[in-house]
Order: sequence, then C-alpha cells, then structure tokens
Amino acid sequence: MLQQIEGSRAIAETVARCRPEVVCAYPISPQTHIIEAIGAMVKDGRLTPCEFINVESEFAAMSVSIGASAAGARAYTATASQGLLFMIEAVYNAAGLGLPIVMTLANRAIGAPINIWNDHSDAMAVRDAGWIQLFAETNQEAADLHVQAFRLAEELSVPVMVCMDGFILTHAVEGVDLMDQELVDRFLPPYEPRQVLDPDDPVSIGAMVGPEAFEEVRYLAHLRQLDALELIPTVAAEFAALTGRASGGLVHPYRLEDAETVVIAMGSVLGTIKDAVDARRDAGERVGVLGITSFRPFPIAAVAEALREARRVVVIEKSFSLGMGGVLATDVAMSAPWLGQRLVTVVAGLGGRPITRRGIEDVIERARRDDLAPLTFLDLDEGVIARERARMSASRRSGPFAENVLRDLGTATEARR
Amino acid sequence: MTEPTATRVHFYQVGSFAVGNRLLSADDRTVQSNPARTNSIDSGHRACQGCGEALGARYALDAAMRATNDRLVAVNATGCLEVFSTPYPETSWRIPWLHSLFGNAPAVATGVAAAMRVKGRDDVRVVGQAGDGGTVDIGFGTLSGMFERNDDVLFICYDNEGYMNTGVQRSAATPPAARTATTDVVGPEPGNVFGQGKDLPRIAMAHDIPYVATATVADLHDLERKVEHAMEMRGARYLHVLVPCPLGWGSASSDTVRLARLATESGLFPVFEAEHGVVTGARRIRRRVAVEEYLRPQRRFAHLFSGAGRPDVVARLQAMADANIERYGLAPDEGE
Amino acid sequence: MFQVRFHGRGGQGVVTAAELLAVAAFDEGRFAQAFPSFGSERTGAPVVSYCRLDDREIRSREPINEPDAVLVQDVTLIHQVDLFGGLAPDGFVLINTSRTFEELGLADLAERCDPSHLATCPATELALEHVGRAVPNAPLLGGFAALTGQVPLEALAVALRERFPGVVGERNVTAATAAYHHVRAEQEAIRAAAD
Repeated sequence: MLQQIEGSRAIAETVARCRPEVVCAYPISPQTHIIEAIGAMVKDGRLTPCEFINVESEFAAMSVSIGASAAGARAYTATASQGLLFMIEAVYNAAGLGLPIVMTLANRAIGAPINIWNDHSDAMAVRDAGWIQLFAETNQEAADLHVQAFRLAEELSVPVMVCMDGFILTHAVEGVDLMDQELVDRFLPPYEPRQVLDPDDPVSIGAMVGPEAFEEVRYLAHLRQLDALELIPTVAAEFAALTGRASGGLVHPYRLEDAETVVIAMGSVLGTIKDAVDARRDAGERVGVLGITSFRPFPIAAVAEALREARRVVVIEKSFSLGMGGVLATDVAMSAPWLGQRLVTVVAGLGGRPITRRGIEDVIERARRDDLAPLTFLDLDEGVIARERARMSASRRSGPFAENVLRDLGTATEARR
Repeated sequence: MTEPTATRVHFYQVGSFAVGNRLLSADDRTVQSNPARTNSIDSGHRACQGCGEALGARYALDAAMRATNDRLVAVNATGCLEVFSTPYPETSWRIPWLHSLFGNAPAVATGVAAAMRVKGRDDVRVVGQAGDGGTVDIGFGTLSGMFERNDDVLFICYDNEGYMNTGVQRSAATPPAARTATTDVVGPEPGNVFGQGKDLPRIAMAHDIPYVATATVADLHDLERKVEHAMEMRGARYLHVLVPCPLGWGSASSDTVRLARLATESGLFPVFEAEHGVVTGARRIRRRVAVEEYLRPQRRFAHLFSGAGRPDVVARLQAMADANIERYGLAPDEGE
Repeated sequence: MFQVRFHGRGGQGVVTAAELLAVAAFDEGRFAQAFPSFGSERTGAPVVSYCRLDDREIRSREPINEPDAVLVQDVTLIHQVDLFGGLAPDGFVLINTSRTFEELGLADLAERCDPSHLATCPATELALEHVGRAVPNAPLLGGFAALTGQVPLEALAVALRERFPGVVGERNVTAATAAYHHVRAEQEAIRAAAD
C-alpha cells in the first residue's frame, strides 16, 4: 500500500515482512529509527517469532548475527559509519563464513573529525569484505532492495548490505509503496541454509585453512560474487513482474541514448542529478546518467556496455581514497579502460555537504568544456585550505587542523556580518 | 562437602585423592569412564603433550553432552583449542562447532542460542569457549554483554594464564612475577607486575548470573559435575577452568595435573561455585602446600629461585594465596 | 513544485510540522517530500526542516535554498538566523507572533513582499489555549493552509488525527482551525484595506 512514510519506518516495516528471526540492535545515527521500529514490532507481538537483542556494541551485533545465521535463523541488523568500522572484523567474517545476513547501512561519514552526516565512506571501507553492496536511490528502492537482499543472500549464501543515504533517505518522509505480507511471502521463501549447526548432523564451521587451500576458498567466494552478477538482474526482473517496480538490478541508465556526457553516481544524489540532466537535455545537450545499484559485485560488463558511446564520463562520488582519489571511478575506469583521460572524478557531498542541482549542472558544463581536473572536489573552499597550510608552515605547533578550520570559518563568518 | 565422621573411610589415592570409579555408584561415575561417551573432541588433534586445555575441554564438553542428551552446539574463540582441533582438512569435533573470531565467541553463542529459541528448539543448548585471552581480554566486552542479558549460554574459559597460541605473551590472567614474552625477567621487577589483572569469576558474579564456578584439570570429576550442574540451569553461566600449559609455563608435560592440584592446594587458585552472585561452596584444601611448591616446577617462575632468589616476591605470592584461603574459607578441614 | 522551509527551535515540532504537511498533501493525492536539516541539535537549538509539494514525482534531494514559503515558529530566531534567504519575491511568510512585521524589525521584508503573502499568527498562544502545550506547529500549519491554499484544512486535520490519536489530535485540529480562521480574517482585512 502506498504510504507517506519516513524512510527508516518503511525499511522497518519491510524488513519485518521478510520475517527475520533474529534482529540485533545497537544504536548509531542515522540508523536508529529502523531498529527502534523493529524492536517495537517484536515487543508488541506484530513480528513473531523473532528474537530482538539489544547488544552492547556493533561488534556484538554482527557476531550475534553470525551465530544466529549459522544456526539457521534469518538474521538482520543495521548500522552506519563508526558502527560499521567497529564491527568490521565480524563483517569480513560473516562473508568469509558464507552467512546470508542482511544489513542496512545508513551511509554516514567516518571520523575524525566526527561527523554524523551522509557520505559513502563507510560503505567503501568494507567494499572488499565479500558482501554484496546495493545502493538505493529512493526510499521506495531501499525498501524493495531489502526484500531482494534476503532472496539474494540466501540463494547465494552471501551476506548483503543495503546502502541508503543517512538522513537524506532514512529521515525523509515520502511516498513508499509497502509490499504487503502476502506479496513478500510469494517472493521470499523460508530460509533454507546451505550449512547449519545441527546436533543431528554435526559440522565444523570456521576451521583454520592454510596456504594449501586458502586461495581456492577465497576464489570460491569470488565466484559467488560473480554468480550474484547473474542473479541480481534475474531477481530484480522477477520483482518487477510481481510489483511493477524497477527496483534493484545492476545499474539504472537514464537518458543514456545518444549521450555524449555520462554522469555516474550511486544513491540518493541520482535524483538531483536526473533533474540536472533533464535541464541540460532541455537546453539541447546530450547528457545521460548511469546509476550504479550494485557496487559489489561491480557490474563491469554492464558499465562497459552503457559507456560504449560516451565521449566523456563524470563520476560523482561521496567518498574518496586519501592519497589516491575516486573509489567508484577506479572501478569505472577498469570497466571502460578506453576512456582514459576522458573519465574524471568529482568528489562531492562529503560529510553531508549539500549537492545541488545547480552544482551538478555546473559540473556537467565544465565537463563539456573539458575544464574539470581528473580529480575535482566540488565547492572546495580554497581560502580555508590555504590559510591552514600557511599556519602549518608558520608554526610547528599549529594545533589540531579540524578545529583550526572551524575557527577560521567562524571568523570569516563574523567578518562577513 | 559433607562433615567428616569418626568412622569415615577414605577411598582415595594418597597423592592425588583420586577415587576409583568402581568405588562409586553408577550415577556418580565419571562421564569419561563410560565407553559410550561422545568423544566431543576426538583423538588425533594437534595439542601439545600434556595440554591442560585439551584435557579440560574434553571432559567439559562430554559432560555437557551427557547433560543435554547430546543436544549441544559449541562456539569457539580463536586460540589454541580452535587451532589444534581443526587442522585443515581435519576436525576433531564430533559436535556442531562454530569458530568465528577471537573476541566474539560469547556474542556468537548468544546468536546460536537465539536461533534455537526462535525455532522452538529449546532442547539444543549452547556452550561458548575461549582461552583466558579470549575471555578476560579481547572477548571481555561481548562476554559481559552476554552475562548482563542473561543469555542461555554456558561460557567456559580455559585459563592457562597467557596467550600461548601466539607464543606466550601476558594476558590479564597472567599471575604476578610470571615470565612471558612480554613480561621478561629483566629489571628490578622481573616478570609480570603485581597489582594488575582481572579476577574474572568475581567479575562474572557481579553480573548476578545464575551460576559461576571455577575448576581445574586436577579434579576432573568436579569439573564434570559443575558442567552438568550448569546445564541444569538456564541463563548465562560461567565456568573458569585452570588448565596448565607445559609450553607456556615451562613445566613437564607429565606435571599438568599435578600443577593444577598444587595451584589449588596452595590457595593460589580457589575452586568454588556461586549462584546469583553468592558463593555457595568452596573446595577446601586437602593438604596445604606453600606457594613455592607450586612455583618451583615452572620455568616461568625460575627467576624467583635462581641465585639468591627473590624470597620477597615469593612472599607476596604467598600473601595472595593466603588472602584467597581467607576469602573463600579454603583452610584444610582439621578432620582430614 | 512548491517548497516550504520551517524554522524553529528544537522541541517545537519543526520536523513534525514538515512531515504533517507532507502527509496532508499526500492524502490529497499529491507528491510530497519532507526532511529535516539533519543535525545533532538539542532542545532549544535552531532547527530547520523542509517540505516539497508537487503534482509529479519529486526526485531532488538538495536542501531548499529558494523556498516558496517560510514558516517561522520562533521569533527569537529573527536576526539570528538567515530566515528568509532565497525567498522568492512572491513567496509566502508566516510568523508565529501577535506582533506586526514592523514591530519585529521586518519592515524591509514587508516592503518587498506581496502583503497578501505575509501573515502572522499567535500560534503558541493558540496551542496553549487548545492543546495545553506551547508547541506551535499545528496552528501554524492551519495558518499556512489559509495563507497559501496549498493544502486544505481538512487534509491537515486528517494528518493531525493520524499522527496524534485521540483527544490530543482533536485539540491540535481545534488549534489549527482557530489559526486558519485567524489568518483568513487577517487576509480579508488586508484585502479590504487594499480595495
């Protein structure tokens, strides 16, 4: 039923209809509303049978999920940012063990400096962990991706992370067509584990594997990711047949036909980018968008195909690898090596900085004029940076640089008044 | 601990106080004496000669199996027990067994228990296990969380007083003065320092969980009884088992059981049990020995006895033993 | 598209106001998107929330920098926060006060705006009177309905009753209705003066 609903609540309602059996909760902004709502549903009996466990850390949240999943229960948890990093050892472990846990990641920046707002640094930090990582563009897609995530996870025996932009999606109230229980049940069969801790058929899970077999075990995990490249579109197509909605899949092309300039991005910023592209198209420019839904596994072939005719590609990403540059852009470059210098990275939206339609239109315009550096930081305040660099060279003990920047900005604001 | 009577006859070996199974009623006989035992950890594993942990785990898990009618799942932290029991492609485990990480065995055990509960399989019980590093140090947060939620898990710490798997480094369970790779016997205070470390059984008791007990591989029958008692209860239970490590302690492989006995008979390792935070029983010392008798056979304490020795340090360790004897009322029964 | 920006302080229901407006518009068959200015602000700190209304799907995720309407829940924010930044010349302003724009030091704003697009409403007093709590969001929404015609009062009432079941919802509806009539009367007076 179509409802005007907060993103987090839409996720909670949808996850509940996926009949999770063990849900772990440890609060971190901006994920809290999701687990609060699921907790209430378990407590009032709407979601049963389900064990809702208030754990003492994210590390425990993922660890309890590992135990529950290995014992045959459908396990779910949610986290963000520092929480994901705090559980990272268990995140790798869950994938290494092949446990089909589903986790919502309410994307948020990583400190220091501490920052609660949205970017994609957290998801990028675990891109090599062996989880499937799906990025939602809207709350509708975020909700739908959770239903697909359980299907994918359990068919492949691989954990799935549904990434949705913190606050921008989690706290936005908008229309979401929630699947009813009967529809979810038709799409998502009960969990049949590939491996399970059962006294009637004892197995050892988590044995030490030495050099003689480690590479093969890891390669098998890689193959399962490649299997996911096949399964993700199949599941999305089946989902579309059931609901009429084009949620999920590997990529979302938009106005790519005859596009000379292609903008690539992930997550909620795609909406604003589409508005910008529509405006440029209205002005007669050949611009299109490629949204990446599946970041892991990375859809190399689909991206290559979509970029076949592109004259230039702009990857707008909400994270970057310090000392190197774009993370998503690197994967795009691997997919379309012929682009060479015609591919540029624009880092934007770090720590919640708004990405505006006007800013994107400006980026597109500069790209058309070949006026973008290979690695461009959108809206970078060069003055602030120059002044801090000057302070650092003027004095050995120049102090903590984040605080210096804040003080600098505060002074600048005062001066403007 | 029944009161002695004037006509009491003792049927035990003079040195070990071990009682032959044939002298016990069938119900009281050890699990290990039964040829139909499960062999939860089968032979052929790669533990060192004289490994106290292998011995303790075998007795504990077989007892747990008997107590649960073979409906048991074991969760293991990283460590010696995990490594020596599952050398690829072999496994010693004849029970469902899961190893995840070093610091999360209590939480993983919580997850298994939750899965069993949600599936209505209340007959299947869960044991979590780790060495002292995985319990008192890196796993402490998840253990405390499991305790405070009173999750239905028996957690067993096999305490060999250090990180033996990684080459004998100090843990928060390493005793003062002991030599480890990270507490070398150099400087004015050789070995591990005094005034540090965690007393995990007492910390566990502070969580008011249903059952906390200590045991050693010197009294395996007592260990089995405590495991079976623990499995009669629901909720979070904790068993702390002293398991000497010939490698880490620098002791003879043949001395593992003897050292465990000397640890208790000196008072350095009190054997007791507690329910809901209250001590309900303590095993009295049968024949009290000075701590020196326990320390001397271990090379990790050799610096206390070489040359002029360090009688001052030995005296401080003796004071710790005396304090334990006082705290738990371990003084030998005069009637013995 | 019609874009609304709400200014207030933590604890005044600023975020809820945007959500209620979105729900009311949704119930009318429109597309709506409400979102807060995500911060870790505590009670009393300046808070901003946003609501977009449209007849087609809303894709943009940028903050509202050029609002069609600004609702001010707390007059102590005036001259502290850039309340009217980006406001369109024909934009709407509704302020929770019983004073005039001139008395609030907003003569400049009053000068450059269409007088029929400016309104004041003693929302806190109305909330205290009808709800018993100094939370001005529901009455201000009633005033917004009267001022802009973007959403009917009846839809707001449905959203309020859904959000606050029972007597609290009814009281909020009463407060919103009173504010609606207050602003309507104010507007009629302005129109009469203009004629």
